[in-house]
Amino acid sequence: MDRLTPVPPAVEQRAPGRWQIATVNEIRTETPRTKTFRLELPMWMPHVPGQHYDVRLTAPDGYRAQRSYSVASTPLDEGEIELTIDRLDDGEVSTYFHDVVVEGDRVEVRGPFASYFVWRGEAPALLVGGGSGVVPLMAMLRHRRRTMPEARMELVYSVRSADEVIYASELGADAEVTYTREPPPGWDGHVGRIDAELVAGRVEPGTTAFVCGSNGFVESATRLLLAAGIEPGRIRTERFGPTG
Amino acid sequence: MNDFVSRGFSGSRRQPEDLRERLPPGQYSERGFPVLTAGPTPDVPTSEWRLRIDGMVAEECEWSWSELHELEFEEVPCDIHCVTKWSKLGTSFGGVSVDVLLEAAEPVGAYATAYSYGGYTTNLALEDLTDGKAWVVTEHEGEPLAREHGGPARLLVPHLYFWKSAKWVGGLRVMDHDEPGFWEANGYHNRGDPWKEERYWTD
Repeated sequence: MDRLTPVPPAVEQRAPGRWQIATVNEIRTETPRTKTFRLELPMWMPHVPGQHYDVRLTAPDGYRAQRSYSVASTPLDEGEIELTIDRLDDGEVSTYFHDVVVEGDRVEVRGPFASYFVWRGEAPALLVGGGSGVVPLMAMLRHRRRTMPEARMELVYSVRSADEVIYASELGADAEVTYTREPPPGWDGHVGRIDAELVAGRVEPGTTAFVCGSNGFVESATRLLLAAGIEPGRIRTERFGPTG
Repeated sequence: MNDFVSRGFSGSRRQPEDLRERLPPGQYSERGFPVLTAGPTPDVPTSEWRLRIDGMVAEECEWSWSELHELEFEEVPCDIHCVTKWSKLGTSFGGVSVDVLLEAAEPVGAYATAYSYGGYTTNLALEDLTDGKAWVVTEHEGEPLAREHGGPARLLVPHLYFWKSAKWVGGLRVMDHDEPGFWEANGYHNRGDPWKEERYWTD
C-alpha cells in the first residue's frame, strides 16, 4: 500500500466515520440488476481494497435508512469511490439508487470501514466470488493490476447466466467465469458450480483466499479451498445477508 | 447532525409504529436470520465441546455438553441487532445465564474475552455479561442452534451488536484489563451499543 497517493492537507478532519455528502459523478449499468455509482467525496481518504462504505438516506420527515456497500474501485482513484449496487426488489436503499438517483445527485456516505476482508498485498491470492460477491474482489483485482501486476492473483467468479456478469469487459486472463444455470451460446469454458478442478491449479503453498457471496456459496467454496490445502487462517470470507 | 435530505427518497420499508421503537438507529427489520462469519464454519461435535471459564477467577471451571444441560435452563425472548444493519425482532434463544456460570468461577477481573472454536474472540466488560444480560445458548426458537449460527453453543448478549454474541463459544477468559477482540481490532467499536449506534472505532 506504499504507492497510495499522499493525502493532501485536510480542510476538515478526514477520520473514517464522518458522514459526508458525496456527488454522483457517473452511473454505469453493469447488468440488468446492477449499476455502478462513481461518487466524488469532499473528505475522501484512501481505502484498503475490500473495505466498505455506509450509505444513509433521509426522507423529508427525517426517516432514515442505512446500508453498507463494498467499494469496487482502487484507492488510486483519488477523490472518488465506486459502489456497485445490486437491485433488490424489496429493498429501499438499492431501489432508490437504481430507480431515483441520477448523475449530479448527492448522497450521504461514510467510510471506509473494516479491516479484515481486505487485501494488503498478500500473494499469491485466490479470489472466489459468487454473484455480486465479486464487488470487493474487483477492488482487489483492480488494485493489484495497477500496483503489483507481477503478483499472482486470480479470480474465480460464479454466476447463473451471462446477463449477471458484472465487470464483463474487465475480466481478463486472471479471471475465470463459471455459469451455474445458463452459459452463453457457444461457451466452451467451465459450467456448473465451482469445483475442485477450478480451484486446484490456483492454490500453492501460502495462498491466501478471499471468498465473497451468499452464505451457501461461501460455505461450499470454503470447503473446496480447505480440501485444496489452504489453511483455515488464510481463508477470509464475507457473506452477505440480505441488504436492500 | 445536518439537515440533508435525499432527493426523492420516501422510505418504502418503514416499520409499523409498535416495531419502530424497537429498532435502533440505522437498523432495519429482517425476518430471516442472515449468517455473517469471518472464516470457515467450525464443526464442533457436542461430545468434544467444552465451556471453560478461566483467567482471573477464584476457580477455573469447565462444563461438558451434558454438564451444561444440568444447569438451570432459560428461555430468552429478545431482539437482536447486527452491525451490518439488520435486526431480528421478536426471536428467542434457550440456554444458561452467564450469571450462573460466573457464580461458580467467582471472577476477580472486570473484563472478559469470549473465545470460540475456530479462533474468534470478542471482548466484553463483565458488567455487560452479568445481571441477566448474557447467556450461553444452545437453542434458537426451540430448536437446537444450527451450526451456521454458532451451534452447538454461542454467547448471547442481545443488548450489544450481535458480533459480541460469539458463535461456537468455548469459553470466557476473565481479565483485569480490556483487550480488543477480533472485530474490535478490525475497525469495529469496542463496546457496540446499538442504541448509541456504536458501530465503528470512531463512533
